[in-house]
Amino acid sequence: MSVAIGQDEDRREPLRPPRIERNAAISEPRWVRVALITLALSFLGVFLVTPLVAVFVEAFRKGARVYFEAIVAPDAVAALKLTLLAASVSVIANLTFGIAAAWAIAKFEFRGKQLLTTLIDLPFSVSPVIAGLVFVLIFSSHGWAGPWLLDHGIKVLFSPPGIILATVFVTFPFVARELIPLMQEQGTDAEQAALSLGASGFKTFFYVTLPSIRWALLYGVLLCNARAMGEFGAVSVVSGHIRGQTNTLPLHVEILYNEYSFAAAFAVASLLAGLALVTLVVKSLLEWRFADELAATHRH
Amino acid sequence: MGQAPDAATLLQRLRRPRSVLPGFGIALGFALTYLSLIVLIPLAGVFVRSAELDVDQITRVLTSPRVIAALKLSFGAAFLAAAINAVFGALVAWVFVRYRFPGKRIFDAIIDLPFALPTAVAGIALTALYARNGWIGQFLEPMGLKVAFAPAGIVVALTFIGLPFVVRTLQPVLEDAERELEEAAASLGASRLQTVVRVILPGVLPAWLAGFALAFARGVGEYGSVIFIAGNLPMVSEIAPLLIIIKLEEFDYGGATLIAAAMLVVSFVLLLLINLLQAATSTRRKRT
Repeated sequence: MSVAIGQDEDRREPLRPPRIERNAAISEPRWVRVALITLALSFLGVFLVTPLVAVFVEAFRKGARVYFEAIVAPDAVAALKLTLLAASVSVIANLTFGIAAAWAIAKFEFRGKQLLTTLIDLPFSVSPVIAGLVFVLIFSSHGWAGPWLLDHGIKVLFSPPGIILATVFVTFPFVARELIPLMQEQGTDAEQAALSLGASGFKTFFYVTLPSIRWALLYGVLLCNARAMGEFGAVSVVSGHIRGQTNTLPLHVEILYNEYSFAAAFAVASLLAGLALVTLVVKSLLEWRFADELAATHRH
Repeated sequence: MGQAPDAATLLQRLRRPRSVLPGFGIALGFALTYLSLIVLIPLAGVFVRSAELDVDQITRVLTSPRVIAALKLSFGAAFLAAAINAVFGALVAWVFVRYRFPGKRIFDAIIDLPFALPTAVAGIALTALYARNGWIGQFLEPMGLKVAFAPAGIVVALTFIGLPFVVRTLQPVLEDAERELEEAAASLGASRLQTVVRVILPGVLPAWLAGFALAFARGVGEYGSVIFIAGNLPMVSEIAPLLIIIKLEEFDYGGATLIAAAMLVVSFVLLLLINLLQAATSTRRKRT
């Protein structure tokens, strides 16, 4: 029976129609379906698609010349560089953490595992502004570590290290939460077999574990990178907004916008919107192509 | 881990996991150190700092009309936006799980746009749309609906930000829902509406609430998309995260920290609730 009503359909194959729809008893009349689909798509259209379209339309409102001038302006290029730096450090740091945490949590039994898993997700439930604030409390000249560090000539706040720290904080869970459920599901049989055949721990990890988690790893990195490049609130608190020095791309957008250079603001914003689109495309490709090798649950 | 083991076995278990795999100590050690340094200790700082303030100052900050107005606005707007998302998110999830239509894959990918689009970009785009001369605002303004630079704009921004939380929490649970139960209900004479309300709804309720809570929690703390569209008028359209920043800029670290602590407490309660709801969801899913 389960086949007849489409239970065994791959749920990530939306193009294959679930045969259920022809079973009148457990479906809706055609006009209801059409009405619901229309309503849902109109909602998505108004709330999601129009803002995206608006970014690109506004960016080119004053013509291509203004657009390109805004993008190649020295401050924009400096902001882009800082954004790339913060994003790459965040990805590398949280990737390393994600692998270590997932290895410990998924492959071993220990007390407090559930608590640790919850704590890893903590940064997601903290306001970005508070994520920035915590580093102000530590590194400002009135903070715990600030005075000592400033005495030794190390400036964390209102300089790139603070921006990087805040970005690492807000992107903290991305890789770990993709890896943990997947590696838990995979168990330890393959690793045990490799070890019993004489492979070293590192060999086991690189030749057995890593290949089986590579797509989930890429998925986590993709989301981590998108958030790192787009982070605004946390970075805004610790940045100090020094043009050309401590501005990331989203902060540069804000500055241009507040100066009423709308076309330029949207031009820089369109770069970030382009990044978001690329992220969505790659993410969807990963989900369609490697559904089985990503975490079983489709969650965020 | 069913019954509580005595201290000796507990210690042994902590120290030496029963596994032949290497690297437990170093992996867990690194993970815990990193977690503590980046997340736990900095967050604890908010509460330590708050505790250092005297009672007078705490009451003065937390009862000041401006702070109360900001907290009310942040929680109220987030609640409203989460409620809108609960309704439309459920509709979207239902349509994507149960029906087929052209362009489904593309729309399904676009649902995640708010996760991928930087909040500042969303903020200026929404402001442009809902401003008096914007694509959407030009129709709303003559009807007396002022969205941009008004509290309604905050709800619009938070609806944009929160939508995927409801859809993505509900989708997998709806997909797993047992169609046999619906067939049984139908064969016993239930109308389609009765089946949806009394058979499907109870099964997806925990996930639905979890999605609502996730959207709500995200909305309460949201900053980037809101500040452009809100107008940021004190007492009217000034959200709590913005007030934290204003206090920081005035070097009122105590005030900023207290608002943050109040928001964190609520976030942690929400996180606990979400975890309980998701645990309920996953046991339900495992049973099926």
